[in-house]
Amino acid sequence: MEIGLGHYLTVAAILFVTGVFGIFMNRKNIITILMSVELILLAVNINMVAFSAFLGDLVGQVFALFILTVAAAEAAIGLAILVVFFRNRGSIAVDDVNTMKG
Amino acid sequence: MMPDMLASSLSIVAPELILSVGAMFLLMFGVFMGEKSSQTVTGLSVAVIIIAALWLILITPLGTAFGGSFVLDPFARFMKILVLVGSAAAVIMSVGFAESERFNRFEFPVLVLLSTTGMMVMVSAADMIALYLGLELMSLAIYVLAAINRDSVRSTEAGLKYFVLGALSSGMLLYGASMVYGFTGQIEFTEIARVVSSGGHSLGLMVGIVFVLAGLAFKISAVPFHMWTPDVYEGAPTPITAFLAGAPKIAAMALITRFTVQSFGSLVGDWQQVIVFISIASMLLGAFAAIGQRNIKRLMAYSSIAHMGYALVGLAAANVEGVRGVLLYMAIYLVMTLGTFAVILAMRRREGMVEEIDDLAGLSQTNPVMALFLTIMMLSLAGLPPLVGFIGKYFVFMAAVHAGLWPLAIIGVLASVVGLFYYLRVVKTMWFEAPAEAFVPMAIELRAVLWVTGLVVFPIYIFIGSPIFAAAEAAAKTFF
Repeated sequence: MEIGLGHYLTVAAILFVTGVFGIFMNRKNIITILMSVELILLAVNINMVAFSAFLGDLVGQVFALFILTVAAAEAAIGLAILVVFFRNRGSIAVDDVNTMKG
Repeated sequence: MMPDMLASSLSIVAPELILSVGAMFLLMFGVFMGEKSSQTVTGLSVAVIIIAALWLILITPLGTAFGGSFVLDPFARFMKILVLVGSAAAVIMSVGFAESERFNRFEFPVLVLLSTTGMMVMVSAADMIALYLGLELMSLAIYVLAAINRDSVRSTEAGLKYFVLGALSSGMLLYGASMVYGFTGQIEFTEIARVVSSGGHSLGLMVGIVFVLAGLAFKISAVPFHMWTPDVYEGAPTPITAFLAGAPKIAAMALITRFTVQSFGSLVGDWQQVIVFISIASMLLGAFAAIGQRNIKRLMAYSSIAHMGYALVGLAAANVEGVRGVLLYMAIYLVMTLGTFAVILAMRRREGMVEEIDDLAGLSQTNPVMALFLTIMMLSLAGLPPLVGFIGKYFVFMAAVHAGLWPLAIIGVLASVVGLFYYLRVVKTMWFEAPAEAFVPMAIELRAVLWVTGLVVFPIYIFIGSPIFAAAEAAAKTFF
C-alpha cells in the first residue's frame, strides 16, 4: 500500500482532535494543557508539510518553520504565566483556576 | 531592481517600523533606568504612537510590500488609525492608575506598543503567514498584559485563562489555514480569491474557512468563543481592560472582513451562514447574560460581546454597504468604549478602586458631570437616537435589510431592546438611588478622554460625521 496525502492528513487530524480533547477533558494539570497545545500545533505542521510536498510548493514548509518559531515563543510565555500563577495560588490544578465565576 | 523594491516596501511599513523600533528603544530605556522611569516611558510611548499615526496619514504611500504579503489600502489605513487611537487612549488613561495604585511597570506601555505593531500587521496582512504572525504578536503581548499584576491571583488567573484559550484558538486558526493552503495551493488572499472564483470549491476548503473563522471569532470574543471575555475583563487591571476592549477587537474585525470578503468573496453563500450564526448568538448572549451582572467590568465584557454581534450583522450583508457599516460601527464602538472606561477608571474612593455597579449609586448628586457623561455613554451603547450608537446600528441593520437578511436585522433590534434594560439600570442607579460615598476627583487625563469621547458621541459627530462616512465608504470600496 502506498502512503498518500490522505494518510498524512488522517494522522494530523487524529493528533489535532487528541490535542483539543486534551484541553477540554483534562481536569488535572495545566502542564497537560500546554502539551496539548503543542500537539495541536504539530498536527498543523504535519498538514502543512504534507500539503507542501503534495503540491510541490515550498511555501507550506516555510509556513511550518514560522509556526515552530512562534510555538516556542508561545510556550515560553505560557510557562512564565503559569509560574506567576503558581506563586499566587500555590497550585496548578485546572480545578483551582476558579477565582472568577459568572 | 532589488534595492528599489526594498525601499518601497520599507516606506509602506514605516509606521510599523516606528512602533517596533520605538518599543525596543523604550524597553532598553526602561531596563537601564529602572522602575522610576515608568512615567517617562508612558509619555514617550504615546509620542511614538502619535508619530506613527501622523506618518501613516501624511507620508506613507498606499501599495503592497514584500512581494504582496503586506498591503496598505484605504481599508487598512482606516482601521490602522482606529487601532492607533485606541492604543494611545489606553496608554494615556493608565497614567493616573499607575500613580495611585503604585502600578509602576514600564513594561505596560512597551507591551502595548508591541501589541499595536501586531495589530497593524494584522490589519495589513495580505497572506496567511502575515496574518498568523501579526495575530500572534498581538496576542502574546496581550497574554502578558493581562497577567501583568503578578502579585494578584485574579490578574494571573486572567492571563492564564486567556493564554490557554488563545493558544487553542490560534491552533484552530492554523489548522484552517493549512486546509485552505492545501485545497487552493495558495496563501495570498488575492491568489486564493482567483483560485476559488475559477471553481476551486471543495469540502476541505469549507472546513478550512470554518476553522479560520473560529480562530478569529475568538479574538473578537464572538459566541461560541466568548468564554474568556468576562473573566479576563474582570481579572486584568482596569487600564489593560480598557486597552483589550478597544484596539484588538478592531484589528481582529478588520482581519475577519479582509479574509472573508477579499479571499472568499465568490463563496458568500458558504461563509455567510457561519457569520449569521455567530452574529445572532453574540447579540442574544450579550443581551441576556449581562442582565445578572453586578460588576461593571463584567457588564462591559458582555456588552462588547453583543456589540461584536451587531458589527458582524454588517459583515453578513457582504457588500459595500455592509462593510461600510462594519467600519463605522467599529469606529463608534471604540469611542463609546473609551469613554465608558474613562469613567470606570475614575471609580476610585480613598481606599482604592471599586468596580461594582452599586458603587455608582447617587453619582448624579456627588459628581453630576461624571454621571451625565456616563449616562450619555450608556444610552449610546444601548443605541438610542440621537446619540452616535444609534447611527452605527442604523447602518449595519439597514445593510442587512437591503441584502435581504431582514430576520437578522429584526433579531438585532430585539436584542438591543433587551440590552437597553441593563444599560438603563446603570443610569437608574446613578440618578435615582441614595448616594454612596463620593469618588475622589477625576484625574485630568481621564477628564480629557471623557470630554472628547462624550462630545463626539453627541453632538460633534454631526459635524465630523460626513468626512468619516466618506472615508469609510472609500475604505469599503477596496474590496469590491
